[in-house]
Amino acid sequence: MNTIATYNFAYLDEQTKRMIRRAILKGIAIPGYQVPFASREMPMPYGWGTGGVQVTASIVGPDDVLKVIDQGADDTTNAVSIRAFFRKVADVETTTRTAEATIIQTRHRIPERPLKEGQVLVYQVPIPEPLRFLEPRETETRKMHALEEYGLMHVKLYEDIARNGHIATTYAYPVKVEGRYVMDPSPTPKFDNPKMHMSAALQLFGAGREQRIYAVPPYTRVVSLDFEDHPFEIQKFDRPCALCGAEGVYLDEVILDDRGGRMFVCSDTDYCEERRLSSPDREEKKKKKVVLP
Amino acid sequence: MTADTPLLRVSAVSKSYGQRIGCQDVSFELWPGEVLAVVGESGSGKTTLLNCISTRLLPTSGTVSYRMRGGDWRELYRMSEAERRFLMRTDWGFVHQNPADGLRMTVSAGANVGERLMAVGDRHYGNIRATALDWLGRVEIEADRVDDEPRSFSGGMRQRLQIARNLVTGPRLVFMDEPTGGLDVSVQARLLDLLRGLVTDLGLAAIVVTHDLAVARLLSHRMMVMKDGRVVETGLTDRVLDDPREAYTQLLVSSILQV
Repeated sequence: MNTIATYNFAYLDEQTKRMIRRAILKGIAIPGYQVPFASREMPMPYGWGTGGVQVTASIVGPDDVLKVIDQGADDTTNAVSIRAFFRKVADVETTTRTAEATIIQTRHRIPERPLKEGQVLVYQVPIPEPLRFLEPRETETRKMHALEEYGLMHVKLYEDIARNGHIATTYAYPVKVEGRYVMDPSPTPKFDNPKMHMSAALQLFGAGREQRIYAVPPYTRVVSLDFEDHPFEIQKFDRPCALCGAEGVYLDEVILDDRGGRMFVCSDTDYCEERRLSSPDREEKKKKKVVLP
Repeated sequence: MTADTPLLRVSAVSKSYGQRIGCQDVSFELWPGEVLAVVGESGSGKTTLLNCISTRLLPTSGTVSYRMRGGDWRELYRMSEAERRFLMRTDWGFVHQNPADGLRMTVSAGANVGERLMAVGDRHYGNIRATALDWLGRVEIEADRVDDEPRSFSGGMRQRLQIARNLVTGPRLVFMDEPTGGLDVSVQARLLDLLRGLVTDLGLAAIVVTHDLAVARLLSHRMMVMKDGRVVETGLTDRVLDDPREAYTQLLVSSILQV
């Protein structure tokens, strides 16, 4: 059968994957440390997850099952495109089920369902340097990481309290990994920070534009920074999900009309769906199907 | 700790920039609680010397030793960078001529003062804030400015904030590079008055680089006059200013405008 020349498996050439894997291994060996790597041009603009895509392309194998989420949702443009991309260039199976996936590429969220051993969570990171907006010099921030000078990180939290009366940072909330490196968990809501702590899954972070890869190996301590008299707290929601009734999950606000109508639903679409499918009054729910205008 | 042991020992420090001399063969000792002024005209090597002593610039030759809090002597350029930086933000202070170099202009005054505390591991917001407020009071900045950014402060206030930021960890040695430069005369007077009070109250040792002999007169106990990178005369401040021996010092003293 004649076939036209096609892409290498998973788009990247083997030499590049090898380079990225080396960076990943180094990242795993030094949890939270930002490893520089020679980021490649990807067929998508910076900011769309070029770092995450390169990490996924380097670790994905023919047997993997890939899930891609964007803000917790499987059906947004970014998630759909990246899933289609890997189906095309790696011919891997894709899924929306958290439990079935071996690799989950994410922007912003960690799935609500606890991850298990053998799963890999790949984050798309826009700005890997937690100290960036406090200290603009990269030479200086690297030195601060090297010498473990993290007082400045608390200056940011101090400012938050001084201005707002509480720590107002709600996403990209700085964490300390394994008692050593301070790390930016990428723009995940701080709601998800506790899920990173002692997670059974491997967590990989790729920042394409900034050319950095870092990692949190399974069962690693990840502690959110705070003050003794202003301890770390996650967001709390005063109502359950309007669709599945879940409590203690991260909710998205959905605007229903232009007269102030709104509802709060699970940001993790797969979690919400599964709950609705498995609930006993499933038939009941099906009847009063929610119609979004 | 005895007052007859020096705090800092500088021996034969030289710094050359290629063929050009920054400072040459400077040696002196500084005792606890003593304020030393380094004076001279622009380009005489005062700032180079200050940077060499304060670990900001590696000297070409010579050694600088410091007596740590534990009483042991350490040669500064043989310490690890981590130790040096720790020393810089705990036991030392550095007051820049331009406050913007020494302050974080985009965070509040309170955070500026609190930064060193947080750097040495203070993790109690209430305590940090209370200490910051206390220090703002000591440098005569009103308490209601604690959450304002230094960008909104006047030059004199910024300089006072910079001083508070440096002194909050109770350093034993403070370096000052033209601390009153760029301020108008009345603000200068107030700042000098404040500095003199703080230095005496806290028993600080200080090295003040200045081209302003009046600053040296008011603040310092001892003086070092530099010219072309060399020390031409040293002595008690009053002695040097009232009875200068070297021709260059005489010239310097006689060029002060008398009003």
